[in-house]
Amino acid sequence: MDGIGHRAETLVALRGLTVAFQGVPALRGIDLDVRRGEAVGLVGESGSGKSITWLAALGLLPKSARVSGSVTLEGKELIGAAPSVLDEVRGGRIAMIFQDPATALNPVHRVGRQVEESLRLHRGMDGAAAAAEARRLFDLVGIPDAGRRRHAFPHEMSGGQNQRVMIAMALAGQPELLIADEPTTALDATIQAQILDLLRRLQAESGMALVLISHDLGVVADMCSRVGVIYAGRIIEEAPADVLFAEPAHPYTRGLLGALPDMVGPRRRLLAIPGGVPEPWNLPPGCAFAPRCAEALPACSASVPVFREAGHDHAAACIRVGVRENVPA
Amino acid sequence: MSGGSVTDLLELDGVSRVYSSRRGFLGSAVAVRAVDHVSLRVAAGRTLGIVGESGCGKSTTGRIALGLERPNRGGVRFEGQPMPAPGSAAWRRMRARMQLVFQDPLGAMDRRLTIAAQIMEPLTIHGIGSAADRRERVAALLRDVGLRPDHAARHPHELSGGQRQRAVLARALATDPALLVCDEPVSALDVSIQAQVVNMLTDLQAARGIAMVFISHDLKVVRQMSHEVAVMYLGRVVEQGDPEAIFAEPAHPYSRALVSAIPTPGPRRQARIVLSGDPPNPVDRPTGCAFHPRCPVAVAGCRVETPELRAMSDGRKVACHLVQDTTRIAA
Repeated sequence: MDGIGHRAETLVALRGLTVAFQGVPALRGIDLDVRRGEAVGLVGESGSGKSITWLAALGLLPKSARVSGSVTLEGKELIGAAPSVLDEVRGGRIAMIFQDPATALNPVHRVGRQVEESLRLHRGMDGAAAAAEARRLFDLVGIPDAGRRRHAFPHEMSGGQNQRVMIAMALAGQPELLIADEPTTALDATIQAQILDLLRRLQAESGMALVLISHDLGVVADMCSRVGVIYAGRIIEEAPADVLFAEPAHPYTRGLLGALPDMVGPRRRLLAIPGGVPEPWNLPPGCAFAPRCAEALPACSASVPVFREAGHDHAAACIRVGVRENVPA
Repeated sequence: MSGGSVTDLLELDGVSRVYSSRRGFLGSAVAVRAVDHVSLRVAAGRTLGIVGESGCGKSTTGRIALGLERPNRGGVRFEGQPMPAPGSAAWRRMRARMQLVFQDPLGAMDRRLTIAAQIMEPLTIHGIGSAADRRERVAALLRDVGLRPDHAARHPHELSGGQRQRAVLARALATDPALLVCDEPVSALDVSIQAQVVNMLTDLQAARGIAMVFISHDLKVVRQMSHEVAVMYLGRVVEQGDPEAIFAEPAHPYSRALVSAIPTPGPRRQARIVLSGDPPNPVDRPTGCAFHPRCPVAVAGCRVETPELRAMSDGRKVACHLVQDTTRIAA
């Protein structure tokens, strides 16, 4: 564990979570706490394992996946839990929304009915009560003319409206934690701003915790109070969002920020990280980032670096952290 | 080659593209203006960025620039010459001088052919060089885009996304084009790979003097790449000019919302403007200024009269009734 102090009560705790497919590791030991009401960001590139983390935690991976480690919801173990336990958690206490609402919604059912179905499943509501609550949820997520739009099919709605329907479905179970996996990646910029605004408002009003999975550092910076950066199946840095973006400690985090074009100030050549993300079946020994790292030492390839304290509430898995002070940001 | 005049490499003059669409199943046909009276110029060796959301007409504008679509109105000139009819011999000759690079490299490639065969294809089509020349050329192109010689014998699925996009670029560069139209060329790539490709495009432009039309929804990447930028909304250019000026102080209310919507790490410079509603369907194009139903500052006149793109004293152009001059941006 990383020695980060506990403020609010921990809602979900991941400890040493690993996933392998046919012997190939996809997750290599994830430790993460989500406290009540907080917004945690999980940033990483494709294939880093940021989505698999939560699919594994909720038992949503195919049977071929080997999952080990521990995921607890208020102390109750979810890994290996009975299907009936998981069914109550999924969509109930923990809800999930995805990048592409069009594929997550059932194309042949009216959107209102899909929300009512969630209400029936998770809150035992039926008939007029479910219809009224569905309508309230549609209003809550900002679907204009909710009374009529409930009768629309997903293909009759825009991508942004469908994502609002997904959010309404997720809220139907009154979740304590909402996992949003790239919720705005498929949306236009002005619609992304609307959806992020909505998520922020819903989180503030309901007090639910939020885990935002994204490849977009800007989105995470905007939405989250704490951020974990994931690389090749491991969290390599964790810090409060403002600290992470102001003083990134891990060379990979610094690399990601340097690779991002600025919106203000003089244009500079982007600092590209050389090479690509290693294939899971072909991971380098020791630190998985070492072959791409400009600051790598021979020792980096010797063993997997442990988390070191980089500051208050701030830890990074790099052997240089804490050894050399004042690492330039 | 161009006639040596100081004309722009590519000129779009008041081009419009109208599609016929049906309102619902068996509905009556309606005209959809995908691109509406757009005029743009790209000088040799320069990059014009086009930004906007889906349905704004940015991709159609790119396809018109390449002659892949004919405008219903207006004209396209390339190297001072009007665009020949698509499919004609003259058009094919011109097409060797202008190439398209788009978002999905896997979709752009033939999965059965090796990378070398794909890069060689345009050389064969356009009858460039002898067989030996072509092989040499392919090797040089691979080097130029940062691929290794052993990548030549691989198939597209054996490469990573970034490597595939490099291969697509090598193929586009094979005919030594004067213009590249890049439609979301880095949008599908991870941040670290995106930076590699953006740097490579900048280097290729510097080395070869290629002009680019860089189409993207990502304002940060467009700012990085472009010498000039055009912001499009529902088929029209609403603001155009120097990217530094436009992204630092957008004048059109839509550009302002777009710029403020970009999530960036670090402190936010201006309050976020969250527009209400979706971008309207081009089929139901609002009257007057098409942006007025979502515009936070619209006045009654905006509903009636379509604003023209007018030049401001700082050199940019803005199509908004409320923006009198960009030295004093209307609030």
